[in-house]
Amino acid sequence: MYHAEETKTVYGMVAEFSDPEEIVVAAHKAREAGYRKMDAYTPFPVHGLSEAIGFQDNLVPWLIFIGGLLGAGIGYGLQVYLNVVEYPMNVGGRPLVPWPAFLPVTFECTVLSAAFFAVFGAIIGMNGLPKPYHPIFNAPNFDLASQDRFFLCIESNDTQFDLEETRHFLQSLGPENVAEVES
Amino acid sequence: MQNHGAEKFIGGKQTFESITTKIESVVIDQRKKHPLEWYVVFGIAFGLLQVLMLAVTYLIVRGTGIWGINIPVGWGFAIINFVWWIGIGHAGTLISAILLLMRQQWRNSINRFAEAMTLFAVMCAGIFPLIHTGRPWVAYWLMPIGPNILGMWPQFRSPLVWDVFAVTTYITVSALFWFVGLIPDFGTMRDRAKPKWLKYLFGTLAMGWRGSNQHWFRYESAYLILAGLSTPLVLSVHTIVSFDFAISIVPGWHTTIFPPYFVAGAIYAGFAMVLLLAIPIRAWYGLKDLITMKHIDWMAKFMLGTGMVVFYGYLTEAFYGYYSGNKYEMFMIHNRMTGPYAPLYWSLIVCNGLTPQILWSQRMRHSIPVVFAVSVIVSIGMWLERFIIVVTSLHRDFMPSAWGMYTPTIWDWATFLGTIGLFTFLMFLFVRFVPMINIFEMKDLLHKQEGHAISGRKEHVVVEAASAHE
Repeated sequence: MYHAEETKTVYGMVAEFSDPEEIVVAAHKAREAGYRKMDAYTPFPVHGLSEAIGFQDNLVPWLIFIGGLLGAGIGYGLQVYLNVVEYPMNVGGRPLVPWPAFLPVTFECTVLSAAFFAVFGAIIGMNGLPKPYHPIFNAPNFDLASQDRFFLCIESNDTQFDLEETRHFLQSLGPENVAEVES
Repeated sequence: MQNHGAEKFIGGKQTFESITTKIESVVIDQRKKHPLEWYVVFGIAFGLLQVLMLAVTYLIVRGTGIWGINIPVGWGFAIINFVWWIGIGHAGTLISAILLLMRQQWRNSINRFAEAMTLFAVMCAGIFPLIHTGRPWVAYWLMPIGPNILGMWPQFRSPLVWDVFAVTTYITVSALFWFVGLIPDFGTMRDRAKPKWLKYLFGTLAMGWRGSNQHWFRYESAYLILAGLSTPLVLSVHTIVSFDFAISIVPGWHTTIFPPYFVAGAIYAGFAMVLLLAIPIRAWYGLKDLITMKHIDWMAKFMLGTGMVVFYGYLTEAFYGYYSGNKYEMFMIHNRMTGPYAPLYWSLIVCNGLTPQILWSQRMRHSIPVVFAVSVIVSIGMWLERFIIVVTSLHRDFMPSAWGMYTPTIWDWATFLGTIGLFTFLMFLFVRFVPMINIFEMKDLLHKQEGHAISGRKEHVVVEAASAHE
């Protein structure tokens, strides 16, 4: 690539939009133009954007499901272990493992564990948070990405990425502003 | 919004910018003068908080003998207040989780607020069983942390142990749900805060949130599942609270109506509390465009609906008391209606059964003083309900020789009023230091409300709204 030297220090090329509909259209066009490594930064979840970018991640529900199963196992297992192995107590010949009476605690443990997996596994863990530094924060006006501006970033590790061409392409989408982002 | 295409939940002419400013200026601009009412109520709440500290300290020094509890009535105020507070918390989860699953987007402007209410109400609730144990310093015996000093474990067949699990899970999940909703908003605050220390503070809390599409994708997916988990959780919590009563064989407690009737009562009381808080705060902080008359109206309808379920519960209780043919059950109902606590029972019927019927009228639902007054009455009524359930069942149960009377002492009242102080104190701090409305969800709502016609325009103008009639 002609600009091979510069691309090493460039994280990507970012276009700033002022409207959520525009960025969906822009992301569609970028994907049609063959760009794959890109991400959008928006103040709220814009529907249709993931489809436009082509991002899909079905791991979250599975992760939480596994968390729930784990909680159920631990909750029920704890009660069975304590009542059968650790401290068996014969109360008038009643069964040591009355499963209906063990359900409430099992259920609560299921929910607790699944919620932990959802928050610390999916929302924080899979998203790589906490992450105090990220190159995208170098983009001009990026503080508005949490307010009323919508950013589309084509990353420099995209095979099609080229400083001039990508800039030209993004400009053609009618954004407010196009800028390089240092890595 | 396929179903409510024409409905507007945000009033006035708003832009993404104006929504952010409206919500955030309260927090970010700490020098801005807060309304005088804020200081007055906060001051009173702070005073009551001191009363709570005093009451709890004295209780720990002297033991539960300072309360009015005695042998037939061992539960008294501690359990009444516990059930009352935890019930209030439930409306928060209903608003944030159940209405989310039902795609009721009007919840967006009250959910943060309601979740905070849940968190603080459950904190107040948690105090009571803890100090009611008499020896709160060994309260960890309730948890299966062992082998503890006695070398024994909790009795997992007991609803009181289920309760420990239910309430701790509930407060943990509520706190997680609340915090997760705040992460993107902390990001917004980080980007808007001027002083460096505030930037660092919100930056730390936001954990580097950058609004990436990938993040939002996982966020929404996990948030929806969290809501799906919280929904059965909230139902289970009050069901288990009602098991504390229903699993026993005390007349008036041993009934199968308890779980649904408790859950409905919880939501009823909770909506009353949301209204009690939302009505003054939306007026003081100029949030009438975000918490519109439509919200007040619909919350009032919720109150009416759940109130009817609760009233049906009272009727069923009375009917089955007689229909059972069991002389203890029949006597319990008779004693409730004509015994020494009868005035409280009939006040309860008036407060919870009759007063909310006024909300059938739309004119009444649109009158702020009426809705506020009904909310106060319902809150009192729901407290009376727990008093009636706990006290009338226990004070005259089986053997007349074991009967007794229960009269709360000044320390009972001090602890109860103290927790109201604690709750108000925390709520008012929350309003001042955390964005009290979910900013990103409001923007999402504004975007949906506008439809797709605004592409390319810089100003996002919303035409009309319910609150304009106010």
